[in-house]
Amino acid sequence: MLTRRIIPCLDIIKRRVTKGVKFQNNVDLGDPVELAERYYREGCDELVFYDITASAERRPIDIQMVRDVARVVRIPFAVGGGISCLEDMSRALLAGAEKVSVNSLAVQNPAIITDGARAFGAQCVVLGMDPVANPDCARFPSGYEVTVRGFRERTGRDAVAWAREAEERGVGEIVVNSVDADGTRQGYQLDITRRIADAVRVPVVASGGAGCPRHLRDAFVEAHADAAIVAGMIHSGEYTIGRIKQALDADGVPVRKSW
Amino acid sequence: METSFASAHRRENHMLAIVDYKAGNLTSVKLAFDALGQKSVITSDPAIIRAAARVVFPGVGAAGSAMRNLHELGLVPVLREVIASGRPFLGICVGTQILFDFSEEDGGTPCLGILPGRVALFRPGDPRDKVPHMGWNQVRICRPHPLLAGITDNSDFYFVHSYYPQPANPADTLGTTDYAGATFAAMVGRANLVATQFHVEKSGRVGLQLLENFATWDGRTNT
Repeated sequence: MLTRRIIPCLDIIKRRVTKGVKFQNNVDLGDPVELAERYYREGCDELVFYDITASAERRPIDIQMVRDVARVVRIPFAVGGGISCLEDMSRALLAGAEKVSVNSLAVQNPAIITDGARAFGAQCVVLGMDPVANPDCARFPSGYEVTVRGFRERTGRDAVAWAREAEERGVGEIVVNSVDADGTRQGYQLDITRRIADAVRVPVVASGGAGCPRHLRDAFVEAHADAAIVAGMIHSGEYTIGRIKQALDADGVPVRKSW
Repeated sequence: METSFASAHRRENHMLAIVDYKAGNLTSVKLAFDALGQKSVITSDPAIIRAAARVVFPGVGAAGSAMRNLHELGLVPVLREVIASGRPFLGICVGTQILFDFSEEDGGTPCLGILPGRVALFRPGDPRDKVPHMGWNQVRICRPHPLLAGITDNSDFYFVHSYYPQPANPADTLGTTDYAGATFAAMVGRANLVATQFHVEKSGRVGLQLLENFATWDGRTNT
């Protein structure tokens, strides 16, 4: 049976792992390559790295970091932040990343999804999406509007409509990140995650808000997510990947148990 | 019966060629062999592939463009020759799929026909089964093989694919996986040829074990 994936997220600033709540009050968590290797050995199923200041600083993703990670982990990993064109995608993939994640860039220029999928294969292109609740149901039938630039800017796009468009353009996977839940450890935003998971045929990843294994169980069972991103709950040392998987296994969620 | 020349040559030649036919990113295959201390070279040069002690034939993307690229690069006869020579040969993902007769992908693509059978699209009855089949899934071992030494039955491997192999000859199937209502051949093998639908190079420690087994395999299955 296909197992549900657990994906640690490493937010990167200047080649250090950082963690904040709603992108504020960031604290230093150490070296990304060391942390990646630790989570790999602890049995995570995949990893994701976001260079969270690259886009704002208009510089490309740290390719040397991508290379260094690729040397130590033997599982797939995605990178995002600082991807502004096909050339950036190509560099990240050739450095050893399995997938490249686009978010604001795709909203600005949706053709990047089509072009990326055509050039590198759909499985390489991940759409990150930051929906926020918007009760204007005439404009936003799903009840959620897509935002960009760390939830700071609204786009006028309906979240489910955008997910469907990205799927038609050939995206391989969609990460649904919730601002309301991000960093709060109060659980994923299940409602919009489920709406998107049920609307598309590509895998959907729940992101933002995980604080305990129960939250992951809810993302998989209630919100139909195929994978779930964890950050604070493991970075803090409160949980290990192994402990999360044990709890999910006990709840009947299929997970990869030996590695 | 092997000539003494060939056997001496084999002992001295440790070169492993990773066939580059513009079908996706080969970095992680190379890095996996680097991690094992096994020298490898990414190449589309027929001379280097012909001279290699063992050959890895990876590939991501679509069967149609993969076959087109192979023909354009003049690699089809080279691959046949390497396989016929008895040298260890490992197909991965799309590299595996195009070893069969035919793939449903790209409106139907005639493939290499080295293994009898077809490659079919997942057609899930349950909409919750997403296509592509992406993530870690178990491989049930059907029969022992030198490349599976040290690997537990039902180990998880990493998959990313929308089409799956259906060998015509059941004896070619080494391991199976269940997804979207289908039980498919996740690993096939015949003589010196082994091919996996999963990404062995991204399958963690278990995948490394399989690659290490390949790097030391002599291409024979009888013990």
